Order: sequence, then C-alpha cells, then structure tokens
Amino acid sequence: MPQNNYEYFLLMPQLIIAVGIVLSVLIEITTKKSEQILPWLSIALFVAAAFDSVFNINQNFVLFGGMIEVGGKPAIFNFIFNIGAALVVLSSIDYLKKYGTYYGEYYILVQSSVLGMMVMSGAKDILMIFMGLELMSICFYVLAGINRKKLSANEASMKYFLLGAFATGFIVYGIALIYGATGTTSIQNLVENFVTYSSNIIFVLGFVFFLIGFSFKIAAVPFHMWVPDVYQGSATTVTSLMSTTGKAAAFSVLMIMLSAVFSGASNVFRPYFATISALSMLFGSIVAISQTNLKRMLAYSSISHAGYMAIGLAAGNLFSVAGIIFYLAAYAFMNIGAFTIISIVEGENDSKTDLNSFAGLNAKSPILAASMALFMFALAGIPPLAGFFGKYYVFISAIQSNLTWLAILGVLSSVISVYFYIRVVVFMYFKGSVEDFEIQISPYSLTAVIITALLILVFGILPDTLMNVITSVIR
Amino acid sequence: MSSIPMEYYLILSAFMFSVGVAGVLIRRNAIVVFMCIELMLNSANLTLVTFSSYLGNSIGQVFVFFVMTVAAAEAAVGLAIIIAIFRNKKTVNIDEINIFKW
Amino acid sequence: MNIQIILFIVLASVAAVSSVVMITRKNAVISAVFLVLNFFALAGLYLLLNAQFIAVVQIIVYAGAIMVLFLFVLMLLNTETEHKLFVDKRAIKFFSILVSAFVFVQVAYLIFFGHPSRTLTPDEAASVKAGTIQAIGQQLYTNYIIPFEIAGFLLLAATIGALVLAKKKFE
Repeated sequence: MPQNNYEYFLLMPQLIIAVGIVLSVLIEITTKKSEQILPWLSIALFVAAAFDSVFNINQNFVLFGGMIEVGGKPAIFNFIFNIGAALVVLSSIDYLKKYGTYYGEYYILVQSSVLGMMVMSGAKDILMIFMGLELMSICFYVLAGINRKKLSANEASMKYFLLGAFATGFIVYGIALIYGATGTTSIQNLVENFVTYSSNIIFVLGFVFFLIGFSFKIAAVPFHMWVPDVYQGSATTVTSLMSTTGKAAAFSVLMIMLSAVFSGASNVFRPYFATISALSMLFGSIVAISQTNLKRMLAYSSISHAGYMAIGLAAGNLFSVAGIIFYLAAYAFMNIGAFTIISIVEGENDSKTDLNSFAGLNAKSPILAASMALFMFALAGIPPLAGFFGKYYVFISAIQSNLTWLAILGVLSSVISVYFYIRVVVFMYFKGSVEDFEIQISPYSLTAVIITALLILVFGILPDTLMNVITSVIR
Repeated sequence: MSSIPMEYYLILSAFMFSVGVAGVLIRRNAIVVFMCIELMLNSANLTLVTFSSYLGNSIGQVFVFFVMTVAAAEAAVGLAIIIAIFRNKKTVNIDEINIFKW
Repeated sequence: MNIQIILFIVLASVAAVSSVVMITRKNAVISAVFLVLNFFALAGLYLLLNAQFIAVVQIIVYAGAIMVLFLFVLMLLNTETEHKLFVDKRAIKFFSILVSAFVFVQVAYLIFFGHPSRTLTPDEAASVKAGTIQAIGQQLYTNYIIPFEIAGFLLLAATIGALVLAKKKFE
C-alpha cells in the first residue's frame, strides 16, 4: 500500500500514460475526429512522461511495498520508450492514411504498449514483469495486424501472436519453478540470495525457461524465426515501435533479473548468453546480405543487434549495463529514423520497400538520402556515430570479463554487416533511379527523421557525457 | 494433501507442459495450436498452485489469478486475429500461412 | 490407501490422458472438449491442494468462459480441411516429439534430483489458509494492487484490440 501521497507523485510518468489511455478512450468514443486529436494528445503525453522521468532521475525509490522502482535506471528506460513512441506517433500521422488504417484506436494501443514497457522496466516483482510484458505484447499483436484487410498484416499478426504466446508459456512455467525454489516472487529477495539459489537446480531450470521465453522477445537466434516475417508484414511504423522500444523493454527485464550478476555474483548463465549472442550476430549479419527488401534486411540486422547487446549480458559486469543501455538508446533512435524514411518512401500495398526503390534517392530528395545514409552508417557502427560507441562499450565490457573471443566475433560480424548497410548508401547516391515515382514527403515524418538524426549526432559527439549520466545512475 | 508427495504434482505438470509443447509443434490448425498454448499455461498454473500450497503462502495462487486474466485477454485477441485471417484467406491452417518460413 | 491418494490417481490420469488425446485428435472440436475435461481434472487437483478459490475460478473462467469462446470460434469458422490438420511430414513430427520428450525427461529428472519437497515441511493448516478467498483477496488488494490495476489496462487494451481486429464494419 502507498505510504503517503508522495508515492503517487513519484509514479507520475506511469500515471500520465495511464490517465492518458482512459482520456483517449473517452475522446475516441465521444468525438468523430479522434484520429486528428489523438496523435497530438499521445505525443504530448509521451513527452510529458519522458521529461517527468528524467527530471526525477535522482529520486530512486521502490514504491508500493516493493512492486515498482522509479528514478535511476527505469527513468532512463522510460525516456527511451516515451521519446521513441512519440517519434513513432509523429511519423504515423500521415503514414496511416496511406496504409489504410486511419483509426484512433492505433494511438490508444501505442499508449497501452508504452505503459506495459514502463511497468516492465521498473518491475521489482516477477508478477510486474509478467503483467507489463503481456500488456506490451497484446498491444503489439493487435498493432501488427491493425490493417485487417491486408493479408500480409494478418499473417504477421498471427505469427507474432502464436510464437509470442508460446514464449509466454515458457516464461510462466519458468516463473512457476523460480517461485517454487525461492518461495516468493520478489526480485529484491532474488537479487540478495542469488548465489545461494544458483546452486538450487530447480531455480536454475526455471531461470533457463524464463530466459528461453525472453530470447523469443529479444529476437535472438535460435528463437528468431518470427522476426523477418513479422517485421516485413506489419505496418512500417509498428515495426519501428516493436523493434526498438519492445526490444529495449525485454532487455530491461533481463537486466533486472540478472542484476545480482551485474553487481558481482558469478554468472551461471554466461554460456547461454555467449551462445545466443554469437549465433545471433553471425546469423543476422550473414543472412541480411542476401535480402533485397529493406524491411526484411533491417529485421535481420535487428537480430544481429540483439546479439551485440547480448554480449553485454554474457559479460555481466557493471560497465556492460551502461553499455547495453547506451546501445539500446542509440539503436532505438537510429532504427526509428531508418524505418521512418522507409515509411515515407513506401507506396500503397507494401510496395516501394525494395532496395531498387531507393536507387537514386539523392536526386529525388537529398535530405532523405543524407539522413538515411547517416542512419545506415550509424547502424553499421562507423565512428564517430552513436552506433559505434554502443558496440565499443559492449565489446570493452566483454574484454573486461575475459570474453575476448566474443568481442572478436562481434567485430567480425560488424565488418560483414558494413556490406549491406553501405549497399543502401551506394544505391541512393551512385545508381540512377530504377523505378519512376514521386515521393510525397510528409512534414511530420520529416520532423521525426530530423529529430532522430540530431539525436544520433549528439549521441555520437558526446558519448562520454551520456555514459557518465548512465553510470552515475546505475551505481 | 500431505499424504501425496509434491513431486507427483510437479511431474504431472511437467508432462502436461511437454504435451503442450509437442502439440504446438505438431498441430497445424491455428486454433488447436492456441489450445495447446493454453495447456502449457495450465500446467504452469498447476506448478504454481502446488508450490503455493506446499509452501503455505498465497502468492502463487495470486499469480495464477493473474495468469488466468492474461489467458482470457490473449484468448480474445488471439481468436480475433484468427477470425481476421480466416476472412481473408478462408483457412486457419498454419502450413498455408507459412509460419516457419526462413 | 486413503481417499486422497485415490482421488489424486484418478484426477491425474484423467488430466494426463485427456491432454494426450487432445493433441492427437484430428477434429478440432473433439480436441477442445478434451481440453475442457483436462481443465475439470485440474480443478479437482486444485481442490486436493486446498486451493478452493482457484479451483472455482478454473471452472468458471477457464472451462466456462475461455473454452466456450474457443468452441464458439471453432463452430463459427467450421474449417473444412480437418483431414490435413496433422503434419504430413514424418521428420517434423518425429522432431517435435523428440523435443518435447527431451523437455519432459529433463524437467522430470531435475525435479527428482532437486528434491523440492525435502526442503519444504508441508503444513496443512497454513496451506488451507493460503487457499481461501480471504487470503488471496487480501494479497490482491494490498501488496498486489499495482499489478491488479495493470490487469485492468490489459483487459481494456485486449477489448479495444479484439474490436479493431474483428468488428465487421469498422469505418
């Protein structure tokens, strides 16, 4: 129970979104023009929640009898989720008309999924993780298939739903075994007695089931089979939401569950993470080479990025936490930028997402080509852009934990991945236009692109300042 | 309760969980696959209730309550998705929907 | 043999057999009916475990509401291709059974190996108390109030989602 009203004040970011959802439902019911009001309401809510969490970043407390943590690490995650979602909503305004789903419900579902993510990142009880995860996932299942007239969207939604629910089964069974071994669902207790529990075979078994379920959610090999189809079949803005903020939320949960490891306990699960990260990095980078559809290519690239981030989980030291958070933030913004540009170029019925549609983009729109090139360089990890520092910090943390082989594999697969990222740039600048079509640049989407591009540059120019903020918070 | 060893319940739930996993992998009808997932959730519920009862604390049963809520929500959304795909494709067979394509 | 053990054997075998029957029937409606049977057996097991509230909810919510929804959709869609519902390829079937057998053997082995009951001293009175509506309600509205609120948002989102996906004339 809340000790005093101050607890509600500290929970403000979550409450803003929660009240916003109810308000949006009321607007949706009462007005006819909800699809014009709701995007701006959502953006206002997201920005308010993001800045509220950042301003209260030093107010690090656990509220409601050990249920939810505010301030500190969750505050950084809330910032990533909310700003990411605000950018996605900004880029959806005109895209949804083109896509044929000009509904107000879209924005309510985006808000609900963000609420789920915020619950996950602040969870201090396994039940909170579960509820947040399900709130987020159910919204994503629906968002993936929001255009129910389109078969590709239906299939994407169905694949995502069946495999997501399958993963949920593993997660619940894992939680059941963890509960049996520990007698409680409190994460505080789990962190304090992690060393004792890791000799309990039932606990380790439950934890492995839990990790398998979450490997589905972060899209790591060998649990990746849904990723390419779902990312390609869903609406582009929805893909950008679930590939960035959804992944960040899943990683935040893994970091919460493993926080004992990060503060010094021996990492029992290192072989597991090392394996999935090595497989994901190499598989994602190699298969992406043969893709000609940009959405599908970015899906495989998202698999390999999950691999790079999992290096940090395998390393399991305090520096790797900061590295993963920095990487997630950088990845979120560069991916949202890239997907927003795809959503601008995309035509009706999922057309114009091929590499050929981007040929000669520079002649059609120099600003789009330039920012796409920036995002591709950042995703490839070319210094001095944000993506480079993300990888750099994670690799350093691996070397600190004597996982040099994993860092070398990471560098190797980054080198492979440069090929398919640079190919996009080559198509845009050095090839003549193959398909003749006009690009209708929406001012809202363009604003989103410019904001993300600026964020990437800031992250690249001032990595140390941001890392200092992150490290000071996680201590 | 105490005359039955706890392991019996746990083995039963492990068995049901494995049957659920096998069902998800074998069956091709999307609705049946979803029912197999419900079976997996129920076996997890059995584990939770067993532990809760033998530990003598009610947290596990509270958890089961939430799992049931989630299962109901998932059923509503999942069946809506299946109906949406059936309207367009006139089938709920996963093979024709190409679910495990590379 | 006391009555509890007999009840356990009966209910557990019903649960196990009905789950196997459920995944091997070609007709989806029969599968659903066997799943309902499985849920009833589980409700009986919950009663044996002194979890009265969960047992009742299991029947009302799971067997009563969720499975009726499943059956309703099955009847509504009335899929014709039932003879093809099983995997034709032997390799996949074999692989699937292998995977699940592996999962089962591993979990079962570890459960026996881990001796969960040896570290626990079952207390009948505490167990009865834990399963009452009072105990669960008290937890739900004090410690677990935030997840409870989240469950409300979850159901709201699911309602909106189902509406978006399945309503006939949306515009």
